Amino acid sequence: MEISIKINGKSYEGDVEPRTLLVDFIREDAGLTGTNVGCDTSQCGSCTVHMNGSAAKSCTVLAVQADGASITTIEGLATNGELHAMQQAFTEKHGLQCGFCTPGMIMAAVKLVESHPDIEEDDIRHGLEGNLCRCTGYENIVRAVAEGSRQFDPHSPWETEPAEHKITLREAERRARERSRT
Amino acid sequence: MTTTERAFGKAVQRLEDPRFISGQGRFTDNLSQPGMAHMVVVRSPYAHANIVGIDASGALEMPGVVGVYSGREMADAGFGAMPCAWVVPDSDTKTPAYPPVAIDQVRFVGDAVAMVIAETEAQARDAAYAVDVTYETLGVVVNAREATGEGAPLVHDDVPNNLCFHWTVSGGEVEAAFEQADVVVGETIINQRLIPNAMEPRAVLARWDSAMGEVTLWTTSQIPHITRFLLSLTTPVPEHKIRVIAPDVGGGFGSKLAHYPEENMSVFVARQLGRPVKWTETRSENYLGTIHGRDHIADVEIAAKSDGTILGLRSQTWANLGAYLSTASTGVPTILHGLMLSGAYNIPAIHEDVYGVFTNTTPVSAYRGAGRPEATFMVERMVELLARELSMDPVDLRRKNLIEPFTDGHEVATGLIYDTGNYEPALDQALEMFGYEEARQQQAEARAKGRLVGIGVTTYAEICGLGPSEVAGAVGFGGGLWESAIVRFHPSGKVQLMVGVSPHGQGEETTFAQIVADQLGVLVEDVDVVHSDTSLTPMGWGSYGSRTTPVASGAIMGAVEQLKDKGTKIAAHLLEAAEEDVEFHDGVFSVRGSREEGKTIQDIALAANTAWSMPDGVEPGFEASSFFDPSNFVYPFGTHIAQVEVDPETGEIDFQRYVAVDDCGPIINPMIVEGQIHGGIVQGVGQALWEGAHYDDQGNLMTGSMMNYAIPKAEFLPKFELGKTETPTPVNPLGVKGVGETGTIASTPTVYDAVMDALAPLGITKVDMPLIPERVWRAINEAQGGGN
Repeated sequence: MEISIKINGKSYEGDVEPRTLLVDFIREDAGLTGTNVGCDTSQCGSCTVHMNGSAAKSCTVLAVQADGASITTIEGLATNGELHAMQQAFTEKHGLQCGFCTPGMIMAAVKLVESHPDIEEDDIRHGLEGNLCRCTGYENIVRAVAEGSRQFDPHSPWETEPAEHKITLREAERRARERSRT
Repeated sequence: MTTTERAFGKAVQRLEDPRFISGQGRFTDNLSQPGMAHMVVVRSPYAHANIVGIDASGALEMPGVVGVYSGREMADAGFGAMPCAWVVPDSDTKTPAYPPVAIDQVRFVGDAVAMVIAETEAQARDAAYAVDVTYETLGVVVNAREATGEGAPLVHDDVPNNLCFHWTVSGGEVEAAFEQADVVVGETIINQRLIPNAMEPRAVLARWDSAMGEVTLWTTSQIPHITRFLLSLTTPVPEHKIRVIAPDVGGGFGSKLAHYPEENMSVFVARQLGRPVKWTETRSENYLGTIHGRDHIADVEIAAKSDGTILGLRSQTWANLGAYLSTASTGVPTILHGLMLSGAYNIPAIHEDVYGVFTNTTPVSAYRGAGRPEATFMVERMVELLARELSMDPVDLRRKNLIEPFTDGHEVATGLIYDTGNYEPALDQALEMFGYEEARQQQAEARAKGRLVGIGVTTYAEICGLGPSEVAGAVGFGGGLWESAIVRFHPSGKVQLMVGVSPHGQGEETTFAQIVADQLGVLVEDVDVVHSDTSLTPMGWGSYGSRTTPVASGAIMGAVEQLKDKGTKIAAHLLEAAEEDVEFHDGVFSVRGSREEGKTIQDIALAANTAWSMPDGVEPGFEASSFFDPSNFVYPFGTHIAQVEVDPETGEIDFQRYVAVDDCGPIINPMIVEGQIHGGIVQGVGQALWEGAHYDDQGNLMTGSMMNYAIPKAEFLPKFELGKTETPTPVNPLGVKGVGETGTIASTPTVYDAVMDALAPLGITKVDMPLIPERVWRAINEAQGGGN
């Protein structure tokens, strides 16, 4: 199937099988190997990218589903050679060791703090439940994300969610549970 | 100009980070070669079966398929069995053949049966499903203890009772100790099987150069030099025609310190086809085909006087080795386990029988800590049970039995000589940080209200920094354990440091640069650390056993000292001064008292590289090479304390606090050391609370993916509180000890004991790990006399 996906601002055309995963399109057709694959069951989050402004595990999206979508990968996070605040925070706080989960972790963290600018440590831990790291014990990842949230530039080109969404994750879940009860 | 600030001891930002945070990590699966084909391995769905036939005709007709190969074809091409590189002496070890691809019989679910090669990975995977293998199933054993029993199916026909080895360690008068004891406590302790789960799955890429008769193998390995050596023993390619490169490796934790069948398969296929071939395992395949860890069952007893003085410890231990011996298998439950049963304590008599047993399961080998977590858990558990038996505070009991401070070696009953230790200050610091007395009071108040609050304490010592080569030979390790380094100054004054070890996430590209920068007065960022390429680096024995820094730093220091000497000679010549009048300080060689007229080390590097004017008898170039074989292992130690609260209604554990005080000697980079401890703690806590590999009785791995194997997540964990003491070792020039495994070794018993302490009011002394809510709830329910 012929598809076209915009990745980091550049269009990539491809003729893919219907079963081709978005992550394989990103890694093989676009040649962007910064997005890693750590599992085959959508648990690890290593392959997290931004798709149309939201964090998505690119192993759970078919390439054909992403036809016409706009994707940002770890390679596209820096602007004009300047690291994103979250990338900078990860190195400053030693939020990575082997570096394999790091791209997915950073991409997930960017979206987490974008919608929750004053996020607390507990909520960071909760918010990263979809991303596994085996090296760091998460302690410094949590510090990095907290630091990254403080440094986050509201004028960055990345989409920010409306202000009413800026509640803690647990609060959001609580409201969701309440809604489901009524 | 050079820095005047010491680089040693500073939290320098990691030099390896920029490539990782920007998505430019050079992981093996990210690499490709022109004309590259893809390999998928057909694996056995049965735990034990004869291979009756392999019909690849259907697969060969599928789109893109280049070839399908069997183990027989591989053997016929001169590819031999996978070697076990560690056979422990005096243990009558059986080493049955481990063909990289099974030939007549499969012995675990995941055993390789055939290789399918196609133009794309998807095509190879499709074709792999079309390979028709006919099996005749055989009897299966999965439990090590049961496997040695009468009538159990044999994993290997020529290994009676599935007993690979019987190894014994004995020191002191054990029988007498137990006869004289006022109290003896016994327990059966299960260190359950774990799956390492490095986040990067394994991958290999092999390229055959027919013109040169050479192979280049990129592989996810902690041991590229050992892999090259073993490849030369098991393939028709001689060692000087093999280049092994471990580019960026996404975590190992021991799971990448084996020489794996897929490495041989890819070399075979690349040579057969004359084109590069890549294989990358899926995570589910990783769970079957990459080594597992732990899996010990032990009947342990401890003997003591009524005042708490420990007299002896003995154990019968069954270690599950899986279906075949992985590269380092037999050393893990013996040398790295039994010899450490004294822990941090004076235990005058110790005896352990270890039975290494074959079963129809994935091979078991070194996983973070490798033998020492099992030993520490056993010792700490028995000390805890003894404290309960004697109604003593577990801290008082530990303190009473701790080894006294020593600076010049301390021999324990198992025969090991610990290097240096001063255990009480670490214990005291941890107690103070935790607020132990107050916490116990609060616990008493909580208990009075029926709440299940528990505190667990571990005082540990561990062995790492492997180790003297003479000892390696004596304990059957099939290689040396020294390390090597080359420090090379380029004409511009920039430095390359080539090392034989293979860091894979720990950060030695930074810490080693810090050592060179500190010693030679250059900038940290002017030092490039080159590692893990057998053609670019000197021979070395790899990264495991927390040996990378304690051993390799000795070689780095050796090279650095040579350069200081050579630089002094050249500087004296250029400054027209006597050599003994030249001093070297902060990167400048100068005549005493006239630093301004001195020569920077960069000046000297340029002078030596151009060699226009060299002193008599001094060779051109500014480069030094050194090898270092340590005189002993190193023995880090410390105290960890955890607090938990158990919900009696659900069995859920609220993991509330964790304090860790570790002593790994002088610290090169505190940021990196803390990171190692954090990560180590969580892997150990994972064993206590969540992780466990489980097989059914037919040898099917029931925890076969990340969906049903619980890897710790950020939200499961409290913030860690770290402290340190610093006791240098005389074993290496910098006095440094290893820190990669301490967290894992200490944290399993710490958290486990905290939970048992919480359950103590109910009379519960044991729940098998992992302490998942269901098990804890059942134990509570049973203790309260409830039904199911």
